[in-house]
Amino acid sequence: MAKKEYSYFPGCSSVRSASASNYMVSVNTMCEKLEIALNEIPDWNCCGASIGYAEGGELPRHVLNARNIALSGKHNPGQDIVATCAACWLGTRETQERLNEDPDMLTDTRTVLQEGNLQDYYSQNIPVRHMVEVMIEDIGYEGLAKPVVKPLKGIKFAGYVGCQTNRPFGIDGESFENPRYLDKMVEIVGGEAITDYEKKVTCCGGALAFSEPEKSQKQIHDIVEAAYDQGADMIVTPCPVCQMNVEVYQGQINKRYGTNFSMPVTYYSQILAVAYGSTGKEAGLKGNIIRAKALEKIANK
Amino acid sequence: MEKSASKQPPPTTTAEKYRNNFLREVEDNVEEGEWVKMCIQCGVCSGSCPLGSAWEHPPQELFMMIRAGQREQVLRSDSMWMCTSCYNCIVRCPRQLPITHIMHGLANYAHRLGIAPAQNPTRRFAKIFWDNIAHSGRVNELLLSIKLYFMNGFGEGIRMAYHMAGMGFAMFKTGRLDPFGLFMHKGIDNAKELQTMLTKAREIEDRRRGLGLGVAVKAD
Ligand code: SF4
Ligand code: SF4
Repeated sequence: MAKKEYSYFPGCSSVRSASASNYMVSVNTMCEKLEIALNEIPDWNCCGASIGYAEGGELPRHVLNARNIALSGKHNPGQDIVATCAACWLGTRETQERLNEDPDMLTDTRTVLQEGNLQDYYSQNIPVRHMVEVMIEDIGYEGLAKPVVKPLKGIKFAGYVGCQTNRPFGIDGESFENPRYLDKMVEIVGGEAITDYEKKVTCCGGALAFSEPEKSQKQIHDIVEAAYDQGADMIVTPCPVCQMNVEVYQGQINKRYGTNFSMPVTYYSQILAVAYGSTGKEAGLKGNIIRAKALEKIANK
Repeated sequence: MEKSASKQPPPTTTAEKYRNNFLREVEDNVEEGEWVKMCIQCGVCSGSCPLGSAWEHPPQELFMMIRAGQREQVLRSDSMWMCTSCYNCIVRCPRQLPITHIMHGLANYAHRLGIAPAQNPTRRFAKIFWDNIAHSGRVNELLLSIKLYFMNGFGEGIRMAYHMAGMGFAMFKTGRLDPFGLFMHKGIDNAKELQTMLTKAREIEDRRRGLGLGVAVKAD
């Protein structure tokens, strides 16, 4: 089978030694097993994240994303852009939509892209997709099930979808209130999904976890508490912002709330990689601050 | 980036142009501002914000205040700075207002006018964040956290760094934080080119908004 090829936008948090470097490791492993080739967009820049607006305004923010789209068109022509981070995906897609709706903004953006001779490479219709869409739509649930060699028997997962993978674009055919795809992925790899996980689409505070820690930690507290209440062994998520926020603040939350949280927070790509027979290292499990011991055990088997 | 361009209109122009018509001002200058008049005041958005209790004026109320011409109260408010970009409101609004973007737009406009609450932590974080990426093209997480911890002064920074040290060490140990990022952060190859693009984009945007430099822009 010929490999499927995509133009890959990994995003700032996924580079080596950054907060989601283990996400990248597991995505690479997962894609290898699924015969997906990821061609990184050369010299890609930050998407502006969901906090860039305040200083960056509108046009500069769109220029950031348009530059990535143009670089993709120049170096990986014809290939769909695929982002692994919800904010990168959202930002890039939002820019493309806005420029399609607003001819003045498009003209201005093209003018600015001339500074890098990129104006002719910007594409108004190249699909901008999330890795989860590639999994569900291009590989399909059956295809995802094929490489499973080590079913994740006996592990109970709270599938935490969060905000930006889910709204405003979301995944085709899924509802905003109760998207099912993450649960389905869990079931495909032999795990047990808590399909009625109460905080499935609750906000973790996003970028405000930095600037408004108390208010955001209230959110995170509720997300972890519900996972415990519903009997989860670990949380699984498609979003690096969710992963980071929900995992790393548990210590501070324990101090603030007198709780005893120690709930592992994994990526879908990690659980797929382990089920596909990868080592803990290949699945990026060493990157989890709260060790996902049940997964490690299966990976080491 | 914040130097003045002599061709810009004098600072009073914006105020004159929109005297007694704050709605017009928002429509012309705020991202997706032309949608504000479509709001039917149903209140669904206001019940959607995760940090709801922290909003002195929830989105629906801000829209009402814009129409009532309460320019100062709106632009000086810290409410829109409580937006977590969760997009709950957008998918629920019966009139499909792009509420998230209007919140971002109001915050950005107030910030550019120099009248946003100076001490609001999200405003300050956002500024540090943008400068961080505009400089090298990619986020330098270590430099970003350090600047963030020290934004309230040295003593507070030490306290924060101490408070966060356990977390930082855990990130480092698991290979998710680069302690040398301060000196060896690898941004993009064409950082200069990107900087030029961003400067140019800002100039065009300011010109379109009639926001020249004459308008006070607080730098910090
Ligand atoms: S949900 Fe929409 S229509 Fe209702 S108050 Fe909010 S913005 Fe207005
Ligand atoms: S995106 Fe912002 S305005 Fe909309 S519900 Fe979330 S916090 Fe509130």
